[in-house]
Amino acid sequence: MPDHVIEIENVTKVYHMGDVEVQALRGVSCFVERGEFVAITGPSGSGKSTLMNIIGCLDQPSAGTYRLDGIEVGSLDDDELAEIRNHKIGFVFQSFNLLARVPAWKQVSLPLVYNGSDDRRARAVAALEAVGLGERVGHRPSELSGGQQQRVAIARALVTHPAILLADEPTGNLDSKSGKEVMGIIKRLNAEEGLTVVLVTHDVNVAAQASRIIRIFDGLAYDYDPTAIRPVAQPLAPEGVPA
Amino acid sequence: MSILESFQIALDSLTANKLRAVLTMLGIIIGVAAVITMLGIGRGAQAQIEAQIQANGTNLLYVRPGAQRQGGVAQAQGSAQTLTYEDARALAEPGVAPAVDLVAPEFGAGGQVVYQSVNLNSRVTGVTPEYLDVRNMSMADGEFINAAHVQSRATVAVLGATAASNLFGDEDPLGKTIRINNSSYRVIGVLTAKGGTGFGSQDDQIYIPLTTVYTRLFGGGRFRGSNQVSVINVKITDASQNDAAIQQVSEILRQRHRVSYEDDFSVVSQQDILQTLGNTTAVFTMFLGSIAAISLLVGGIGIMNIMLVSVTERTREIGLRKAVGARRADVLTQFLVEAMVLSVLGGLIGVALAYGFSLLISRIPLGTLTLTPMIGLDSVLLATVFSIGVGLFFGLYPANRAASLNPIEALRYE
Repeated sequence: MPDHVIEIENVTKVYHMGDVEVQALRGVSCFVERGEFVAITGPSGSGKSTLMNIIGCLDQPSAGTYRLDGIEVGSLDDDELAEIRNHKIGFVFQSFNLLARVPAWKQVSLPLVYNGSDDRRARAVAALEAVGLGERVGHRPSELSGGQQQRVAIARALVTHPAILLADEPTGNLDSKSGKEVMGIIKRLNAEEGLTVVLVTHDVNVAAQASRIIRIFDGLAYDYDPTAIRPVAQPLAPEGVPA
Repeated sequence: MSILESFQIALDSLTANKLRAVLTMLGIIIGVAAVITMLGIGRGAQAQIEAQIQANGTNLLYVRPGAQRQGGVAQAQGSAQTLTYEDARALAEPGVAPAVDLVAPEFGAGGQVVYQSVNLNSRVTGVTPEYLDVRNMSMADGEFINAAHVQSRATVAVLGATAASNLFGDEDPLGKTIRINNSSYRVIGVLTAKGGTGFGSQDDQIYIPLTTVYTRLFGGGRFRGSNQVSVINVKITDASQNDAAIQQVSEILRQRHRVSYEDDFSVVSQQDILQTLGNTTAVFTMFLGSIAAISLLVGGIGIMNIMLVSVTERTREIGLRKAVGARRADVLTQFLVEAMVLSVLGGLIGVALAYGFSLLISRIPLGTLTLTPMIGLDSVLLATVFSIGVGLFFGLYPANRAASLNPIEALRYE
């Protein structure tokens, strides 16, 4: 029996904007196996971000079930969600979201502050070494390159040994060289450490590096064969989407 | 997350923007320093006034002539010349007024005092031997006027400390002869300096026997044969006997003066004066304190303002903290602690500053005396508690706003 870290069944999400109901997800079902590297892709407005927020436990589905590492998330309150995020999810954002004027090791130890762990510094340093920043432990964001800042963010995501690494356009703010570097680290962590990676992107080249792609279109999820991805210049939708 | 942790985070974020933190604290610093200093000044003034009044002797009653009526119009208090030396002696008679301990009548007048080339106008007061005790004075040198001097209308004088140094400088005044209004007086004693000013410095006075005033002081003319006194000082047996003493003294004087309708004298006790002045300075202190408290309030609003700006500025940080597992309470605590650190640190600096101000104020000469502000532990505690309260009150709204932020929107905030 496959070990599913993420199980999403028939999840819908409805937003109320004044009197208007907006259906962002219309019944998404998908899964992610432990140790898998999955890319979620789709054009803007497709519901991709909504799905990511639900996977990241920042938001809850209107209907349907979402199990993360065996825990049914839909019924949890805000504080329980915060705890799940702390223990199970490592976030990497497009814009790094590092604290200004704070040294790298403190950035990385931030999630540990909220679960009362000790030997934070040692664990933070270990996480920084895992992303190749063992020499930059005391550096502040302003003293680091964009690629290095994103690696600090990855270390921060890893420090709690989460069930999944949830990366939202991690290369979106980087030049291609730093982008490759960051993707290299994510791929290595997936391959060597068996880290489950869920990567949200609309960049086809980035998505192509995943072992499987889930495509979101109009609030629904589709399996996508990565070998069928066309060159970047070609438009993806609607031909790429199975009816 | 422990409280210690919250402090660490608060200090980190405050030191990240030091100038802003200091400027924010300035409001609280000034407010607290002002409150404590103002209360200290009020307290110091009160203590000083009390000390001066008590220097006159404690448990005192002052009996003064009442207002003279002229065609139904009341004249100024003391304009009547109704109190006599005999009144004083009647009060002192054993047994008639059990609450009265000692009676010391006095008659004050101005006089031209000459010693060799020194020529000055001084206050000359006729007194009886009891005066020394009643007014709580002591001899620095020589002796005070005794009963024999009063009996014989002796031309002797006792000098207040200031009067002695004005007239004699470094010379020893004892046994020297001075001239007051062209009569010669032998100096028999010098009083210990009492300090303070009160109602005309007692140190700047010259005391002669009461009876001598009537015969000699004004060339024997104006008051010859008179026996009026300007004040009868009455020392009561105990502070608790204050009201009884007033009652007894008034009763005796009414009988002697055959008062039928309105007293022609007034009795004021030291306690009344103290109380009146105490009330006055308390109002004064309240007034100063409340003005200062307004600045503390303004300081608190400053904290709220900066905290709101800080929450808006750090929306993404809050989003991130929530994403990595900060609970609502964690965020609330973080910002509340930050506001508290600002206000409490500001409060402590304000307390230190208040001590500095007080030291400075106590060095400023105000005429011949200085005012030493008295900073009580209670006002320090009050200001500290108040500044903690300000931090809590004005920090709660911004902190709650931060804690209520939706992490998704906060992370997306530009």
